[in-house]
Amino acid sequence: MAENKGVLIFCETKEGKLAAIATELLGCGRKLADDLGQELAAVLVGSGIAELAKEAIAYGADKVYVVDDAQLKDYQTDAYLSVMEKIVGQAAPQILLMGQTSIGRDLAPALAFRLKTAASLGCLELAIDPQSKRLLQTKPVYGGNAQAVFVTESFPQIATVRAKAMTPLEPDASRKGEVVKIDAALDPSAIRAKVLEKVAEKVEGIKLEDAEVVVCGGRGIGSAEGFTQLEELAKMLKGAVGATRPPCDNEWVPAGAQIGLTGKIVAPELYIAVALSGSSQHMSGCSGSKTMVAINKDPEANIFREARFGLVGDWKKALPAFTEKLKELLAG
Amino acid sequence: MNMIVCIKQVIDPEAPPASFKIDPASNKVVPPQGVSPVIDPYAEYGVEAALKIKDAQGGKITALSLGTNQLRDIVKKPLAMGADELVLLEDEAFDGGDSWSTAYALAMAIKKIGEYDIIFCGREASDWNAGQVGSAIAEILGLPSVTLVKKIEPADGKTKLERVTDEGHEVIEVPLPCLVTVSNEIGEPRYPTIKGIMAAKKKEPAVWKPADIGVETSQIGAQGRRTKLQKLFQPVREGKCEMVEGESPEEAGANLAAKLREVKVL
Repeated sequence: MAENKGVLIFCETKEGKLAAIATELLGCGRKLADDLGQELAAVLVGSGIAELAKEAIAYGADKVYVVDDAQLKDYQTDAYLSVMEKIVGQAAPQILLMGQTSIGRDLAPALAFRLKTAASLGCLELAIDPQSKRLLQTKPVYGGNAQAVFVTESFPQIATVRAKAMTPLEPDASRKGEVVKIDAALDPSAIRAKVLEKVAEKVEGIKLEDAEVVVCGGRGIGSAEGFTQLEELAKMLKGAVGATRPPCDNEWVPAGAQIGLTGKIVAPELYIAVALSGSSQHMSGCSGSKTMVAINKDPEANIFREARFGLVGDWKKALPAFTEKLKELLAG
Repeated sequence: MNMIVCIKQVIDPEAPPASFKIDPASNKVVPPQGVSPVIDPYAEYGVEAALKIKDAQGGKITALSLGTNQLRDIVKKPLAMGADELVLLEDEAFDGGDSWSTAYALAMAIKKIGEYDIIFCGREASDWNAGQVGSAIAEILGLPSVTLVKKIEPADGKTKLERVTDEGHEVIEVPLPCLVTVSNEIGEPRYPTIKGIMAAKKKEPAVWKPADIGVETSQIGAQGRRTKLQKLFQPVREGKCEMVEGESPEEAGANLAAKLREVKVL
């Protein structure tokens, strides 16, 4: 087998464009490849995605492998596994990165074990060890109470990366790169788990992951009615409402509103945490927020160790006054 | 329907964060004093998924757990919830594994159990949050796998499943036998009944050593790892919170709004 070289990014696409996570991975991969003095390649798998190769190059790739096949329209484990096994065989990278998404979480471990190597899922930081030149894979463990740095001793070193953990490069349309088209050569009978239907959950207003302002409520909100006050504030600030796990478990808000290790990851400009303690598992979903503001009646709550501005008091009294005053200030 | 559920005993993830300590010399977590270990909550969703099928169409559920110092009262919980058998892989050689070496031992134990239609795992475990053992078992046993499942309805040698995706969910069909990792959307795990607890007390688990499942100690546990843990640490909190006060919570609320405006956050 050829000597393994370079960094390969599995690029997800969304609505005919590179997904945000793909541009983030390309930004991170570019740096890793430069540190190694090696090439950055991208792989695009899907149907009608060949045009996106240019975009991947603009975001930092030197080479793009394109596997365009109608049978690859939707992600199916067996089909994508077979395609990626082929690509990795041809590209022989030292490092393979994917997003910590419903696709990456499924594909990365299966591919790693098929290739007799290993993966780390949900990494926050990746770096090249200056001595060993191995990939240092940092990820939260124990529900965010700790972080671990893993090293894989076989190639490719596979990792998935959490959304918003990395920064994309400014796209440069003048960058040049090579595009390699590869035939999927799929055997339809080898696809055992078949996707029959895809169901998208409807989201009203601004998506939580895209919002510049997130108003998040915890157990202390106490009811579905309580969350309507958070909605009001979020609406005024053109933001979105999130929640910790207890409000979701109690069905005060939909499960999709959960922010944390087991929920969504957000990194807004402003994060307003109301009546939540700031558990490690929650914080690992919002620690990338630029400015955090906390309202909690317990002065000892962990959230005050994380926040930039804090208010100790009953949210039921403080929040309406806060919202009212803001409305006045923003109008004036 | 023969079902196997992989479970494990973990440090209680709901223990107060302040009780969480790392021993830097060994790169290991120090079990908190006075906090009893629990069955991994993610794995309990797997037990619940199997029990839902057993409720609907009958079947046999075998719980399978790997570890050392497995407290019988803890690891018997699936039996108390309604599972039929419990197999423990218990030997120091199984300890300290990564996803690969753990999955390898579990897969060999599953082969020894022999009959299965569906193997359930949690979508990850609450200690290492690796999220890989299920997929690895499927690869080792050559089974199709479906991850992040929130609903499962097997019939006629195959099963329909709903898999959680970033956009919503997808409906998947897969032939049996298969491996399924279960997400919390499957529904809250049931509480053991008094009858279940009594029955579990009387039931003795089968305890298997590496030789019982035909594996070399070099392939399992710490020796069989493909990833090395270089460092385990607790992130440092900055703690530079500026407290905004007032004569009343209402006044403090208004002052907080003024503050955010003043520093141009809004």
